[in-house]
Amino acid sequence: MTKSKEWPLWEIFIRGQHGMSHRHVGSLHASDAEHAIKNARDVYTRRNEGVSIWAVEAKDISASSPSDKGPLYDPARDKIYRHPTFYVLPEEAGNM
Amino acid sequence: MYAQMVKSTGKGVQPLEEMGPQDRAFQERIDRGEKIEPKDWMPDAYRKNLIRQMGQHAHSEIVGQLPEGNWITRAPTLERKANLLAKVQDEAGHGLYIYCAAETLGISRDELFEQLHSGKMKYSSIFNYPTLTWADMGAVGWLVDGAAIMNQVPLQRTSFGPYARAMVRICKEESFHQRQGYHIMIQMAKEGTADQKRMAQDAFNRFWYPALMMFGPSDKDSVHSAQSMAWKIKMNTNDELRQKFVDETVPQAEYLGLTVPDEHLKFNDETGHYDFSEPDWDEFMDVISGNGPCNTDRLEARKKAWNDGAWVREGMMAHADKKAQRKLAAE
Repeated sequence: MTKSKEWPLWEIFIRGQHGMSHRHVGSLHASDAEHAIKNARDVYTRRNEGVSIWAVEAKDISASSPSDKGPLYDPARDKIYRHPTFYVLPEEAGNM
Repeated sequence: MYAQMVKSTGKGVQPLEEMGPQDRAFQERIDRGEKIEPKDWMPDAYRKNLIRQMGQHAHSEIVGQLPEGNWITRAPTLERKANLLAKVQDEAGHGLYIYCAAETLGISRDELFEQLHSGKMKYSSIFNYPTLTWADMGAVGWLVDGAAIMNQVPLQRTSFGPYARAMVRICKEESFHQRQGYHIMIQMAKEGTADQKRMAQDAFNRFWYPALMMFGPSDKDSVHSAQSMAWKIKMNTNDELRQKFVDETVPQAEYLGLTVPDEHLKFNDETGHYDFSEPDWDEFMDVISGNGPCNTDRLEARKKAWNDGAWVREGMMAHADKKAQRKLAAE
C-alpha cells in the first residue's frame, strides 16, 4: 500500500438545543474546516443533537499536561471559603 | 464479542506487591475507578492491548455494515429501507467513534486500516456469515445487536476515558438497532405467512450459535481475560455475558413462536438460568482464523472500498492544500 497523506484530525464541539455551551463530542478526520463541519454533521448530529458545530484542528489545541495536575490545582484546594457552604447562616435568614 | 480474541502478553496478572512503583500507582488508579486519559502514563502492555481490542471493535462496526448493506436495495418496503439505511449509517458512525478513541493511543487511522486489510487485526466472527434472506435482517438486529449491547453496556465503565465515552454514545444509539430487528421478526414470525414464519425460523437457526460465539471462547479457554479484567478494559467474563444473553433471548424467541435450535436448552430451577449447548468451538476457531463462509468476500469488499476511495481522499487533500495556498497568496 502506498503511504497516503492522512486527512488532519479535528476536534468537534456541539451546542445542543437548550442554550448550553458547546461541548466536546469527539473527533474526526477531514481535509479542511468546511469538510470537518460537513463530516461532523453526519457523524455527530444524526439525531438532531445540535444547533451549532465548532471544528478545531487538533494540533491547534493547547492542553495542560497531566503531570501538572498537582501544582496547577493545588492553590484552589484549601480555599473552602469560595464555597457557599463555608458560611453558616441562621435559619432566620431563610434561603440564601 | 466485538473483540473476541484479544491476545494479551500471555503472562498472568502480576500481584500489586510485585509491581514497580509506576505500574502499581497505575493499577491503584484503576482500582479506585479513575479514568485513564490519553496523555497519562500507562504501561506499554495496557496501551497495546487496548489498541488491539479497540481496533477489533471498530473494525467489527465497519465490516458489520456489509452483511446488512447487502439488503438495503432489496428491503421489502420504503420504510424498512429507510430504517436499515439509518442503522447501517449508525454502524459507520460507531466505527468512527472508536477509531478516533483508538488513535489517542498513538496509532494512526491508516495503520489501523492497513492492519485490518492485511489480516493482522481481526473483526468479529459473526460478520463472516452470509445474510441469505430478508429475515436475516431481523435476526441480525435482534441477536447480533442484542449481543453487542450486552457487551457494550458494561464497557461504558471501562478504565480508558475515550473508549468509555465512545461506548456511552454508542449505547444510546444501539437500542434502536435491536428493536428494528425484533420488529422485523414480529412481522414475519408472528404476523407473517407460513413462508415468512419458515424464513424467520431458518434465520434464527443459522444465527443462534454464531451469536453465542460473539462472546468469545469459554472462560476455561480464555487465556487473555484475567489481565484485561484487572485493567477494567473487559468488565465481565465471556461465559457470564453469554449466559445473560441466553436468559434474555429465550423468552423473546418464545414470544415470536420460534424454537431455539438447541435440544438441550432447559430452564434450570436451581440456578435460575437456562442450560444450553455450547457452540461448535472448532467452527469458531476456523471462522476467526479466516476460513468462514464470507471472510474472503468481506476483506475484499473492504480493500476495494479503500482502494477505490484513494483518489477521493487524495483529491480532497490536494484541494484543501490549494485553497490554503490561495488564501495565503491573497493575504
